[in-house]
Amino acid sequence: MTDTAAENEAEAPEPEPEPETAYGALVSWSRGQRVIHPTREEWLATAKALLADGWNMCVDVTAVDYLTHHADRDLPAGVEPERFEVVASFVSHLRRERLRARVQVPASDPSIASLYVIYPGTDFLEREVYDLVGITFVGHPDLSRILMPETWEGHPLRKDFGIGAIPVQFKAPSANTHR
Amino acid sequence: MTVTEDSASPEQQTGDDTTGVDSAAAPSEIAAAGAGSTETVPADFGPEPEDDGSGQLHLLPRRGAVLRMSEVQAAADIDGPLIGGENDQTMLVNMGPVHPSTHGVLRLMLELDGETVLRSKPIIGYLHTGMEKTAESLTFLQGPTNVTRMDYASPFFNELVFSMATEQLLGLEVPPRAVWIRMLMCELNRISSHLLSMATGGMDIGAVSMMIYGWREREVVLRFFQKVTGLRMNHNYIRPGGVAADLPDGWRRDVLDLMDLLPPRLEEYDILMTGQPIWRDRLQGVGVISQAEAVALSATGPILRSTGISWDLRRDMPYLAYDEVDFDVLVGSYGDAFDRYAIRLNEIRESIRIVRQIVERMPSGDYRSADTKVTPPPRARIDESMEALIHHFKIFTEGFKVPEGEVYVAVESPRGELGCYLVSDGGPKPYRMHIRGPSFVNLQTMPHMMDEGFLADAVAVIASVDPVLGEVDR
Repeated sequence: MTDTAAENEAEAPEPEPEPETAYGALVSWSRGQRVIHPTREEWLATAKALLADGWNMCVDVTAVDYLTHHADRDLPAGVEPERFEVVASFVSHLRRERLRARVQVPASDPSIASLYVIYPGTDFLEREVYDLVGITFVGHPDLSRILMPETWEGHPLRKDFGIGAIPVQFKAPSANTHR
Repeated sequence: MTVTEDSASPEQQTGDDTTGVDSAAAPSEIAAAGAGSTETVPADFGPEPEDDGSGQLHLLPRRGAVLRMSEVQAAADIDGPLIGGENDQTMLVNMGPVHPSTHGVLRLMLELDGETVLRSKPIIGYLHTGMEKTAESLTFLQGPTNVTRMDYASPFFNELVFSMATEQLLGLEVPPRAVWIRMLMCELNRISSHLLSMATGGMDIGAVSMMIYGWREREVVLRFFQKVTGLRMNHNYIRPGGVAADLPDGWRRDVLDLMDLLPPRLEEYDILMTGQPIWRDRLQGVGVISQAEAVALSATGPILRSTGISWDLRRDMPYLAYDEVDFDVLVGSYGDAFDRYAIRLNEIRESIRIVRQIVERMPSGDYRSADTKVTPPPRARIDESMEALIHHFKIFTEGFKVPEGEVYVAVESPRGELGCYLVSDGGPKPYRMHIRGPSFVNLQTMPHMMDEGFLADAVAVIASVDPVLGEVDR
């Protein structure tokens, strides 16, 4: 049920004195899956290093708003938790492996470098994150709303965006709709 | 008037718009978007980033075919210089969202010069119902009812990926019979999904009788789904811990009858379409995408395989029991619409092969996990045991708690990599659920495929990408 590649290595990690690192970032293991934790400043450089090392496809970019999350976030020592987290998944076709990156993004400045130049397939995915979580991707060529209407206010997947409490922002029905 | 002068003002306008709508956007970003006006980029969202060759951007030679223009700007600038520049032969045309060949509610903004597509932009969101947000207020047991509605042409895959992610967070092992039942239903679903794609794709190109044949065969598969799950679509059958019910009596006969029925019908499709000169003329060499482009655009599924890259999660990162069955991964060689059609048609044949093996080797045993934490007690126990009744009540009202953590699980849906990123904070509901929809990501390839093609070929491109808008918009 787990990723095959990760499975082999999953047995290995024992608490070691030296923190495990890869691509200049701290590494943690989540249910047998390898996760790296680059900093926001290094994000672009990390992506370049990943591409150079054969992670030839960025399959997914998403973000989580940890505003109301009060449990353990599974971050390695040395990673300062912030409100937002951008999560990207990479695949290496050659090695048949998967790698996930979790980047902390502070609420005071919810922005991060866009991976568009390195992995152009992140175009729509980053637009979705911008639209729904409100994280700005610096360097994206078309950072506009993709799922919500262009004039929508707010970012629905943020935890302080209430459900069922917002008036519908679409056009008012015409006079003969509800006669 | 030159392009340079006029492109400056809409750019300014967009910058202001962004500030008004989204207060959270970093000021630096808005400045960056507004500052870069050059002659080469008449689009409004800022310049195409510079390509220093360190990334994959240089692998996309046709990225000029991507139309980058907001609705406001398109409306304001309809006769202006942004569309076509000095060439006033070009126009901006909307296709969809209710056009029959846009497979639901896909809308395309097309810049046309006569019949030739110069630039295009897929506009989506008409079916967006916030399902990722909805998932946060449903328990893990209710989750499959929600996700199954995403890709409505292949609902089992949505349920499967969500259930697998939940099980991985729980550290729950699923009994072998449940695994094989899941595989059986998923492969049958792949068949029905590809049949639907043949039907609608066939009609788009003009093979109208294919519309009827495809739906006819799909209906037979759906009838089996109804027998097993009670519903033709949106089954909520695969659930965390196993499946909702065991296969009904006589399922073997039903499935084998189905497997005997389909191959001759596929031969008919070959006669009707594959060998037809009209069909070939409409698809061969249309919507071509290179290997490099497909990888750079994160395309998966038949689009990636049509370029010759042999990548199928069932074989390359096996889940369920796919490492125990024999099947071939089909690849194309030209990356055109015909290859994608042929891959789908032959994937039906491979799925039939897999289904026959499953029927032969279906293990006996439980169809759901024996872990009482996630599995409700059997119906008979409720009548005789107070504890069982309470337990049953608790599971369905409060749900079961899932240990905190985060996990990404992916399966090979008929459209490509379907992923589920699940975060739990230790409660009975997901803290965050994200679905990586293959249709959503694959849509990015469309402008590249349509570049310099005819409008009629754009329809063939949409059909060959086979997006399901329920999954695109979620």
